[in-house]
Amino acid sequence: MTQVLAKVLVIAEHANGKLNVSTAKTIKAAASLAGAEVVVAVFSTAGSPVAAQAAQFAGVSRVLEVTHAANEHQLAATLAPQVAEVGKPFTHLFAPSTTFGKDLMPRVAALLDAPQLSDVMSIESATRFRRPIYAGNAITTVEVSAGAKVIATIRTASFEAAAAGGSAKVEAVASSAALPSHSRFVSLAAAAGDRPDLQSASKVISGGRALASADAFKLIYGLADKMGAAVGASRAAVDAGYAPNDMQVGQTGKIIAPELYIAIGISGAIQHLTGIKDARTIVAINKDSEAPIFEVADIGIVGDLFQIVPELEKLIDASRK
Amino acid sequence: MTTQPRRILVAIKRVVDYNVRIRVKPDGSGVMLDGVKLSINPFDQIAIEEALRIKERGRADEVVIATIAPADAQSTLRNALAMGAQRALHVVPDGTLEPLGVARVLLKLIEKEQPFLVILGKQAIDDDNNQTGQMLAALWDRPQATFASKIELTDTAARVTREVDAGLETIEVDLPAVVTTDLRLNEPRFVKLPEIMKAKTKPLESITLASLGVATDTRVKVTKTEPPPGRQRGIMVKDAAALFAELQKRSLV
Repeated sequence: MTQVLAKVLVIAEHANGKLNVSTAKTIKAAASLAGAEVVVAVFSTAGSPVAAQAAQFAGVSRVLEVTHAANEHQLAATLAPQVAEVGKPFTHLFAPSTTFGKDLMPRVAALLDAPQLSDVMSIESATRFRRPIYAGNAITTVEVSAGAKVIATIRTASFEAAAAGGSAKVEAVASSAALPSHSRFVSLAAAAGDRPDLQSASKVISGGRALASADAFKLIYGLADKMGAAVGASRAAVDAGYAPNDMQVGQTGKIIAPELYIAIGISGAIQHLTGIKDARTIVAINKDSEAPIFEVADIGIVGDLFQIVPELEKLIDASRK
Repeated sequence: MTTQPRRILVAIKRVVDYNVRIRVKPDGSGVMLDGVKLSINPFDQIAIEEALRIKERGRADEVVIATIAPADAQSTLRNALAMGAQRALHVVPDGTLEPLGVARVLLKLIEKEQPFLVILGKQAIDDDNNQTGQMLAALWDRPQATFASKIELTDTAARVTREVDAGLETIEVDLPAVVTTDLRLNEPRFVKLPEIMKAKTKPLESITLASLGVATDTRVKVTKTEPPPGRQRGIMVKDAAALFAELQKRSLV
């Protein structure tokens, strides 16, 4: 029996001339498929530095650069016809399972009449994958029919970023796909601040409902800034208005895998735990010794966060003198 | 002379209620569903609510609910009607459909109903696929506005604020269009008893999948279902000093 070699096209996610770290993780996932050729496709505007950035990752054999004025804003309706056209010769099309990839890839799959797999967490073979269902309360192994193109979004928390050290050739590719004019970008209200990005930070400190006010949430920001950490929040804290939407960590928010995660005043609802279970070390600070967060915490402390957090800050200050 | 009513189609899915703690079958063949409470997917409830509010603002004449589910899912549709929708379409399949098959069925219903807006939940909380709305928009060759937290309509377009990783993105899409809902779009209303009574007599059309003539081939097979790997419970420390010492020991601070 002859083995058909996999040709994987990774759709790059980028903004403001910078490749998103989720792309590097998707490249790593693609490279975990034995014997696969990994090609990155960058859909950008002329003069964008992103293709050159993608070429520097180990394991990438080629970078396809498709430039078009319409690619300034990465709208799924505009990108999908281009991705479908460029993706035709490939056996697999991967994008990160971010809001970018989740928006785009099902549209691509429908254009290519292909099945789509969401949130792939491991790649067992060219046709066998593992992915979570029921908010991560069950993990399925799925088998895609032989011959079907595999369109997938990759759960970035399950993969490390590809290393630097590659020097792939960048090839300009022209797309003749007809692009729709029915969808237009209006604006982006970006999450403000100069703290590390929640999705890629090595340390994340999150606050929950127990903070009890937006004002008290400053305690979280203070500790995070001391530790160089990104700030997250539980859904309860977001719903209560203590923190903005884009800080929400969990199945319905961001799924993250930092080196250190500190959950402060978060009880640990299953949908929150789903978002953090790949963190290397979880620390939980909570008044309630029965809180489910302690079942997954590597280090737990039962007590009043309003007392413990300031003390911890002082200890950090003292250690740096 | 009659004009076409301005119609919103809302596609919903019946799923295991979000309060149910899911258990995986010991033989790995799936999750236990016997006797488990089933409800309208929470994101789809938000979709129904949004359609009703648009109608109440005078921007639509009719809200039509559609679902693809076994015959016993009629009560789910009655619940949607009790929220205030006017009619329901119930497509009864022979087996399970993949998202692309669902999108193909919904496209047939769109051809029949000619809505100016189709609203769906961004994902169902059972399979967590987050695919159907996007696939439907592609097959229909119309715009998609996914993960919506705000929808503003004009006669010809929708301005939709989307919850994206980078913050809140606003896009404008020409109508007709597909919108998928995120959690913060609205809070669905509670259904009152008189509405439940009234819903019993609202039109509910049953449609066989075969009569729609769509391809519903399965290309993804679930071969195993397992519980997630658990994390080990770690250590407890007694105060901030002990926590700090432990973090230092692990080079985390």
